Amino acid sequence: MQRIVILGAGTAGTTVANHLSKRVEPGTSITVVDPETEHLFQPDLIFVPFGMQRPENTLRPRGGTLKPGVEWVQDRVERVDPDSKRVILAGGDDLSYDLLVIASGSHIHPEETEGLQEEHWQRSIFDYYTLEGAAALSDALANFEGGRLVLNVVENPIKCPVAPLEFLFLADAYFTKLGRRDEVELTYATPLDGAFTKPIASRELGNMLGARNIHVEAEFNAASVDGERGVLRSWDDRAIDYDLLVSIPTHMGADFVSTSGLGDELGFVPTHNHSLLADGHDDIFVVGDATNLATSKAGSVAHFEAEVVVENVLRALEGRSLHEGFDGHANCFVETGSGKAMLIDFNYDVEPLPGTYPLPLAGPFTLLSESRRNHWGKLAFRWVYWNMLLPGRNIPVPNRMSLSGKRTSLLERAAA
Amino acid sequence: MTVQELNLQLNDEGFLVDGDQWSPEAAEALAEAEGISLNDKHWNVITFCREDAAQQGTPPGLRRISKLSGVNMKELYQLFPKGPGKLAAKISGLPKPQGCI
Repeated sequence: MQRIVILGAGTAGTTVANHLSKRVEPGTSITVVDPETEHLFQPDLIFVPFGMQRPENTLRPRGGTLKPGVEWVQDRVERVDPDSKRVILAGGDDLSYDLLVIASGSHIHPEETEGLQEEHWQRSIFDYYTLEGAAALSDALANFEGGRLVLNVVENPIKCPVAPLEFLFLADAYFTKLGRRDEVELTYATPLDGAFTKPIASRELGNMLGARNIHVEAEFNAASVDGERGVLRSWDDRAIDYDLLVSIPTHMGADFVSTSGLGDELGFVPTHNHSLLADGHDDIFVVGDATNLATSKAGSVAHFEAEVVVENVLRALEGRSLHEGFDGHANCFVETGSGKAMLIDFNYDVEPLPGTYPLPLAGPFTLLSESRRNHWGKLAFRWVYWNMLLPGRNIPVPNRMSLSGKRTSLLERAAA
Repeated sequence: MTVQELNLQLNDEGFLVDGDQWSPEAAEALAEAEGISLNDKHWNVITFCREDAAQQGTPPGLRRISKLSGVNMKELYQLFPKGPGKLAAKISGLPKPQGCI
């Protein structure tokens, strides 16, 4: 009997497990390890601070998200021993594997920044990358008396690189709707040299921030926070005063990745960019945020990667050569406030471009520009996620990025 | 020697187009153009960046440099003011490090 062990039952791990359960030979076991009893729909975290989603509606019991053929071990991973092909669990048990899939995600580490997670944490300093943080921030925004609201990305990479922009757009719309926008100063302090990582999208998104009177403090690498005085300081001694600080703290991979010697300096696993095999191993695949790949840490990426990992797990079990099918494809809805959203679609080689996205389900969506249909698309995705994506049903979205509908002439102009 | 005298080809962000053009003299010239005069500490960082990039295939990010080069974050900002990750890569003759995507 062959044993597949999957570490983590988030978007990536659950999708891989459920797809595999339909395709493996009888007698192959699929085991998922995850300590949490509930599955969190992370794309909804952006809506919680603004009262657009209730915290309890973002969770579903884990058991119901896994197919009958998948065994769920509710425990924490202590470490992996690749030499003996074993996973050692915190509860003391061992799991042996023939193939391992690391899908343990990324998590915030506010303790990495001096002064961030101290007595003012969740009083004047908040995160929205945890359900608890997002719920607390929702109260803080509702009670905010006006002043300087600063959003800071401590360092990259972060989960969902468009989430800071979405937060700012939604905050602008939130205070505008309350008729109090003029009482709130919005600032975005980012280590990037502009609004986004890729030039054409950065320009477009930068214009959208400017039009909403949101100040960008670029190349700002946060060193420390003085919670008492309400000051955020950078390594090059710039200081930003705030009344309410919303922090996107340092992200890292799971602790066991580093403990097992499988991670880089942030605990992400060095991974082959097309086959998704862990570097230096022929029996460990990596999927979702856990990789060190130069693409977004995002649910869409986890989904596109999962298809390649499923194929490669099956090939590896049969001793066949691997499919080098992953192209870095990412596809993200960006909420822009007031019932609109934009869509960006890109991969390792092609940056986000304007145009249209011919999604057969509900499209066409507009790329790199706002529309109501995009917002509906984002909301419809909730249903797609729980009912199609997680259960491993096929979704009519091509796995590899397509140039169809995109204004590629902009690229030629940029290159010229 | 200056960037011009060494005939270094730079892209619009000031990074070497061809990494093979790099030499210790090129590093001095690239640093000079940024208003930096290289000392032993700078060279520790440059040596680390070049060795690490050769092994990893990508230029190291700021956190990696501060964790593995023996020069801490505060010092990195003193040595390479403003953007140490970007500047260290530039002077080391490496491509711009990928931030997030």
